[in-house]
Amino acid sequence: MASMRDIKRRKSSIQSTQQITKAMKLVSTVKLQKARSRAEQTNPYTNHMYQTIRSILTKSANVNHPYLISGESPKKAVVAITSNRGLAGGYNSNIVKLIANSGLPKEDVEIYAIGNKGQDALIRRGYHIKYSDSELIEAPTYPDAAALCKQVLEAFTNGEIGEIYLAYTHFKNTVSQEPTLIKLLPVEIDTTESEEPVGATAQMVYEPTEEEALDMIIPKYITSLFYGALVEAVASENGARMQAMDSATSNAEDIISDLTLKYNRARQGAITQELTEIIAGASAIS
Amino acid sequence: MADLSKVFEVEIITPDRVFHKGEATMIEFNTAAGEIGVYKNHIPLTTVLAPGVVTIHRDGEENVIAAVHSGFAEILPEKVTLLAEVAEWPDEIDVGRAEAAMKRAEERLAHRTESVDVMRAELALRRALVRIDIAK
Repeated sequence: MASMRDIKRRKSSIQSTQQITKAMKLVSTVKLQKARSRAEQTNPYTNHMYQTIRSILTKSANVNHPYLISGESPKKAVVAITSNRGLAGGYNSNIVKLIANSGLPKEDVEIYAIGNKGQDALIRRGYHIKYSDSELIEAPTYPDAAALCKQVLEAFTNGEIGEIYLAYTHFKNTVSQEPTLIKLLPVEIDTTESEEPVGATAQMVYEPTEEEALDMIIPKYITSLFYGALVEAVASENGARMQAMDSATSNAEDIISDLTLKYNRARQGAITQELTEIIAGASAIS
Repeated sequence: MADLSKVFEVEIITPDRVFHKGEATMIEFNTAAGEIGVYKNHIPLTTVLAPGVVTIHRDGEENVIAAVHSGFAEILPEKVTLLAEVAEWPDEIDVGRAEAAMKRAEERLAHRTESVDVMRAELALRRALVRIDIAK
């Protein structure tokens, strides 16, 4: 049996770890609430953008626009949104795994990394990082997303890359976040199913022309997706961290109660032993 | 009470929030092709916004005024939606900053060199002018 001193030392070490995980949980709970309300406020814009794009594409199925056709280059850009800090459970590694298992050939993938953790893990796996901006995830703003979008679109228009993907963690609710990989360009929107009555959009007039409207709206659409993904990723990160820290705290609780039991037993054993020795000594004298 | 046959819905949405949601009898704004005013039962139209002032006319109430920079508008008979990248109320605008931006842009346009992005400077100037205009 381990000595009383060892058990005590171990217990106090776990107790201080527990204090840290508890504090981290509280911090990420507060951050989550902020991030979640931001993510919810972004939703109407992104949804409306999607509806508009879809109604344009539904109506004009034969529009010939560069954004609707894959570029000739076999290279594929993947914008990977992860966090700068760890201790968030599987949050970062899920994104890395998603990219690794996506079936995109490693040598054709150009990573646009947002967030240190994912970037490091992808480098270890042998992916090529084309661009990296880790500060972005700390406090994403719309102009940041627009700048990122400009970068990626330029590479697409120059023919450096043929397709654009976005990997981020979709925030479903506080306890469940889903790593998601979506294709941004060429724009692929399911035009077959239509939720709204066809009449509402059928006679839509575009000013200037449809092509010019697409030219202007698609970059905005992608920017809004980037922005939405960034904001959701922040919420997901904090949600994942909150959960990870919650289970770490309760694990620490379990270990502490186990150690307390062991400590008490060891203490009782020591007392019993001491008593036996005293009694044995006393009977030897008499 | 507003005459229901003339009233339609107006929504201004920005990436950060639903900026404004309400009813109107007429809305005026700037598009890439010029200024337009929209009444109820307008033909469905999607058009690109230019930096400018949005004026929402309401029956029997004060007009709502806001500055809107870049985005697009979706006009339906019963509803007008402006998807703007940036939208500001007059009281949110920092006039000092806008005036400084205006001077900077004018300077850049006055002394054109190779490095000056004329399009960008002109856009900045227009944004600054809209801001100053609306804040007064």
